[in-house]
Amino acid sequence: MDRANLNSQLEHLQSKYVGTGHADTSKYEWGVNQARDTYASYIGHYPMLSYFALAENESIARVKFNITEKMLQPCGPPPERTD
Amino acid sequence: MSDDIAAQIKAEQEKRARDNATQREDTRVSLTGHGYDQDIYGSGDKFAGYSTSLPMDDDEEEDELTQRALAGAKKLSSYTAPKEVYSHLASVDEDDTDPFAGRTESTRIADREDDYRKRRNNRVLSPSRQDPFAKGEAESESRSYAEVMKEAELEREQQRVMQKIAEKKKEAQKATGQDAPPPPTPTGRKRRWDVATPVVAPAATSSWNEPDDHVAVPSNRWEETPKADVKKRNRWDETPVASSTSSWDATPRASSGAGVAETPTTKRSRWDETPVAPSGMFGATPSGQLGMMTPNMAVPMTPEAMNAQRWEHEIDMRNRPLTDEDLDAMFPTTGYRVLTQPSSYQPIRTPGRKLTATPTPYAGNGFMMQDENMKQDYGIAPTEIEVPGGGNLPFFKQEDMQHFGKLLDEKDESAMSAEDIKERKIMRLLLKIKNGTPPMRKAALRTITDKARDFGPGPLFNQILPLLMSPTLEDQERHLLVKVIDRIMYKLDDLVRPFVHKILVVIEPLLIDEDYYARVEGREIISNLSKAAGLATMIATMRPDIDHADEYVRNTTARAFSVVASALGIPALLPFLKAVCNSKKSWQARHTGIKIVQQIAILLGCAILPHLKNLVDAIAHGLEDEQQKVRTITSLAIAALAEAAHPYGIESFDSVLKPLWSGIRKHRGKGLAAFLKAIGYIIPLMDAEYANYYTKEVMVILIREFQSPDEEMKKIVLKVVKQCAGTDGVTPQYIKEEILPEFFKNFWVRRMALDRRNYKQLVETTVELAQKVGVTEIVSRIVEDLKDESEPYRKMVMETIEKVVTQLGAADVDGRLEEVLIDGILYAFQEQTVEDIVMLNGFGTVVNALGFRSKAYLPQITSTILWRLNNKSAKVRQQAADLISRIAVVMKTCGEEKLMGHLGLVLFEYLGEEYPEVLGSILGALKAIVNVIGMSSMTPPIKDLLPRLTPILKNRHEKVQENNIDLVGRIADRGAEFVSAREWMRVCFELLDMLKAHKKGIRRAAVNTFGYIAKAIGPQDVLATLLNNLKVQERQNRVCTTIAIAIVAETCAPFTVLPALMNEYRVPELNVQNGVLKSLAWVFEYIGEMGKDYIYAVTPLLEDALMDRDLVHRQTACTTVKHMSLGVVGLGCEDALLHLLNFVWPNIFETSPHVINAVMDAIEGLSVALGPATILQYVVQGLFHPARKVREVYWKIYNNMYILAQDGVIPFYPSIENDAKNTYERSELFYVV
Repeated sequence: MDRANLNSQLEHLQSKYVGTGHADTSKYEWGVNQARDTYASYIGHYPMLSYFALAENESIARVKFNITEKMLQPCGPPPERTD
Repeated sequence: MSDDIAAQIKAEQEKRARDNATQREDTRVSLTGHGYDQDIYGSGDKFAGYSTSLPMDDDEEEDELTQRALAGAKKLSSYTAPKEVYSHLASVDEDDTDPFAGRTESTRIADREDDYRKRRNNRVLSPSRQDPFAKGEAESESRSYAEVMKEAELEREQQRVMQKIAEKKKEAQKATGQDAPPPPTPTGRKRRWDVATPVVAPAATSSWNEPDDHVAVPSNRWEETPKADVKKRNRWDETPVASSTSSWDATPRASSGAGVAETPTTKRSRWDETPVAPSGMFGATPSGQLGMMTPNMAVPMTPEAMNAQRWEHEIDMRNRPLTDEDLDAMFPTTGYRVLTQPSSYQPIRTPGRKLTATPTPYAGNGFMMQDENMKQDYGIAPTEIEVPGGGNLPFFKQEDMQHFGKLLDEKDESAMSAEDIKERKIMRLLLKIKNGTPPMRKAALRTITDKARDFGPGPLFNQILPLLMSPTLEDQERHLLVKVIDRIMYKLDDLVRPFVHKILVVIEPLLIDEDYYARVEGREIISNLSKAAGLATMIATMRPDIDHADEYVRNTTARAFSVVASALGIPALLPFLKAVCNSKKSWQARHTGIKIVQQIAILLGCAILPHLKNLVDAIAHGLEDEQQKVRTITSLAIAALAEAAHPYGIESFDSVLKPLWSGIRKHRGKGLAAFLKAIGYIIPLMDAEYANYYTKEVMVILIREFQSPDEEMKKIVLKVVKQCAGTDGVTPQYIKEEILPEFFKNFWVRRMALDRRNYKQLVETTVELAQKVGVTEIVSRIVEDLKDESEPYRKMVMETIEKVVTQLGAADVDGRLEEVLIDGILYAFQEQTVEDIVMLNGFGTVVNALGFRSKAYLPQITSTILWRLNNKSAKVRQQAADLISRIAVVMKTCGEEKLMGHLGLVLFEYLGEEYPEVLGSILGALKAIVNVIGMSSMTPPIKDLLPRLTPILKNRHEKVQENNIDLVGRIADRGAEFVSAREWMRVCFELLDMLKAHKKGIRRAAVNTFGYIAKAIGPQDVLATLLNNLKVQERQNRVCTTIAIAIVAETCAPFTVLPALMNEYRVPELNVQNGVLKSLAWVFEYIGEMGKDYIYAVTPLLEDALMDRDLVHRQTACTTVKHMSLGVVGLGCEDALLHLLNFVWPNIFETSPHVINAVMDAIEGLSVALGPATILQYVVQGLFHPARKVREVYWKIYNNMYILAQDGVIPFYPSIENDAKNTYERSELFYVV
């Protein structure tokens, strides 16, 4: 398996699954992916949402909204590009 | 009725008694003992070599024991074929010359081309074109669009004038009443070979068309070569020496000294012809050929000439006269007398027999100045010569001389210009690609691709394209070169623009190649080319060819355009197409434009639907063109469009319906055929009501044309009838009354069966009609013809009946018809002279369709079969046996067990059959009978049958093997208890050889049979046999053995097999250990959940394997771990699996593809069984490792795990601490209520 082929495979993988990483993934990127995956998972599991709502004393819809909002830049602004 | 049949049988038997001549001597073998083929199967005495009594004294026993111990100590390194097989092979090898070597078809492309395809040679690689989009100065050499168009115009004008002149001449000659010589049409088709030529052939019949040893020059198109003649000639069977004074075969009257053949006194007709005419050996003094005293190297020989020379020289060498010294060396010194030659003897001096009558200088004697630098030393005539320069170049055929000759002149590269060096570099790469070994070729291909932009398009294409035009090009070479073009085009991108036309000239012929893959390749290239060069360039380049004078060019251009359309989209090309189809200037342009549309429809299929309306409108006016050819192609294009659009898009054809309609009334002949075809394809698109109306309208004309003698018309009419009949609106009533009488009268005649395409079309149409009108209607009309005297016709009838009955069943066949049908089929079956699968299928299908109703005929059928089973002709016997397997089920349905038992016995008696094809069929028939009547009621009883089958397992013929193993497997599965364990062991040993079979079905059946046998007689003995077989060399054999072991383990429960298997792992031999591991992998794959009881048992073994130095050990162990872990998900074996994970994990850095794949699979399997969290903990260690290599691997594992269980890892992500800028904390999961 040659190098070009491997890379193209990786690209294909990445285009299909956003959360996959590669050797140059930064801490920030990984953190963002983790956060988004986490929130998406919460939204997908209704019992989780209702549990959080209970703990936060909010309505379920509010919790859901908050989580959805957080998915945009979940870890704050991206770090400055250094190159 | 039964009386009737009895009488018939009696008559039949009497007839047979009369023609006993067709029968063989009785070859049947008695039920007991082996009487046949002992040389193949070994003598029947299976106890030979055994002691028949128990040993009496202890010494002997002692001896035997020690001997056995010795044998045990000396392990067999492998199981191989017996010695005599090897010795046989060795003896065969020496004279193992391929008897067909000289007769195999040449792989050269030029040799199989017909005249039309050869016209590609008329095309030239035009100078490159300017790229209007390119920045910077255009090259002075390249031409602009305007220039090209002007040139095309000139060419057409020239063509027109030539034609005019020719016509004038013809008229003039007609006027004077002379015989007209063929008009000199410059691009016209070659005359067909069978048309009489005006050149008068000499009276003496020449032997040109006989296979002649000395003209065995394989393929240099020698029909064209003797250009030295006065008259132009293009017939292969003409005598090449047109001399009227003497026939060429005769001895020349006064040979002009020294045996030099007469040099024809004609001047060369054209200065630019290749100076060395291919096979110039006939007549012309081979002037300036290589190896002569004056090697005239100015022009390298053409490849054909070289090949011819090589052959000729070899034959010369062999046929050279023996000298006195040779004779002295050969004969004894005394005991014979040398006779003087008779005075009347005159040596043969016919040039035709002596080939090059000039003495061959390289034959060894004579003078010759050795040229130091001559690489083509024909004296030794190697077929391949080595190329200097590093020694890493591939060998070199003489044919390559023309293109690659430069590589041989060992010049100093440092003294050359950069351009020359580049040229040589490309040349070397191309040579490697063309002639090199696969790795060499791969490397060169990559280099040339990577450096494509450095080399530049000019130098690359200037070398590749001429190579592709070479007359000696072979398929493989063409494929490789086309691949090169494809790759470099991808790299060069828009730099190819100036070369588009050149590339097209070379690639377009691929589009009409007879080889499917060549066509696909051609399409691929053109589509890539159009993507690289862009639509504008493609159109500008191909525009001048659209109304080219040569039809060949227009045809290929149209095809190329359709490829462009498929690559860049139809909408992009539509405006251009409309313009071309409307061209006022020339009908050729309109014709080509419409042809493009037709090709687009054929190529794109239903993808044309969105543009259907536009396409139809673009060509609609062509139906009323003044040029007949345009009208024809337009209707063909409409037919293609309708076919592609089926079943949609009728509304798009509204505009053409009327002209088509009026067209079929106006036209006759070929034009009408095309119009009918278009209508035939449009009618199925219509809704029922319209279809009915139009069918009725068109049917009048169709019925009129039923009588047309024109073959093409017949085919189209049949096709249209089929299409009309298939539509909903046409009623059975209508078909019965209007169509069928005429149809059967005109088409169901013997003549139709003779042409294959007519035959096929007629059968299809009839079947389609039967769909509408039912079986009886059709079958009753043709059933009588089953007794027709013409065999092809009977075959056609049978095929039709078979298809009709398959599709519609025989439910509405009444009693009378049924009788006639069976009678006819029996007749046709027995009267066939060429045993054909059609008859067999027809018979089988009809009998099966009749089912229970065929009971009455079964005795008669069986007696026919029995009679034919003993026929002299092997084919007949085979067919009879095949028929048994077809009708076995029906016989059971009819309750004819007794009859089947009888057949079984007879088949059994014929197991000594010598023809493998027949034997295979007999075995198949036995299998069918056994399947139907069951093991217990089978006659002959299974206990007699199987011992007879065992030796046949040795037969190497695939068909025999397959049928036999199926039968044996069936018996092992269902009736193992009828046979002794000992016999089954014998079968086991024979089965081991079956694992070598090429056919997968045979290997699979053999492996399954092991399972059945193990189940029947217990696993111990079978397992021992199989474990021994792990020591053999062949991989395939071992792999099959491991599978067999696993199957045995599965069928007999793993605990019966695992101990022995694991014990075998202690054998210090790689193959055995790997075999054991592989078997374990299969076992755990097959037993699934059951594996939970065995994990702890095999874990220590796997530990050892996963730590082994050998890669394959670890790879196979990983595979085992994968299957194991997948089997025991959720069954509480996590402790063992985690333990194994610790052994698997260190292998993640392996680089060998198979190993790393196996490791990744194992980890994936474990992450299913252990949960992704565990794997995540392992992975997190290396995701941000300082070494990139480490990170890459860890991320790969992470990605796999992530895709597998994205949701599952969420609670387990490590928490990352917030930094000054970013917050990474996710606190929700810490909530506690």
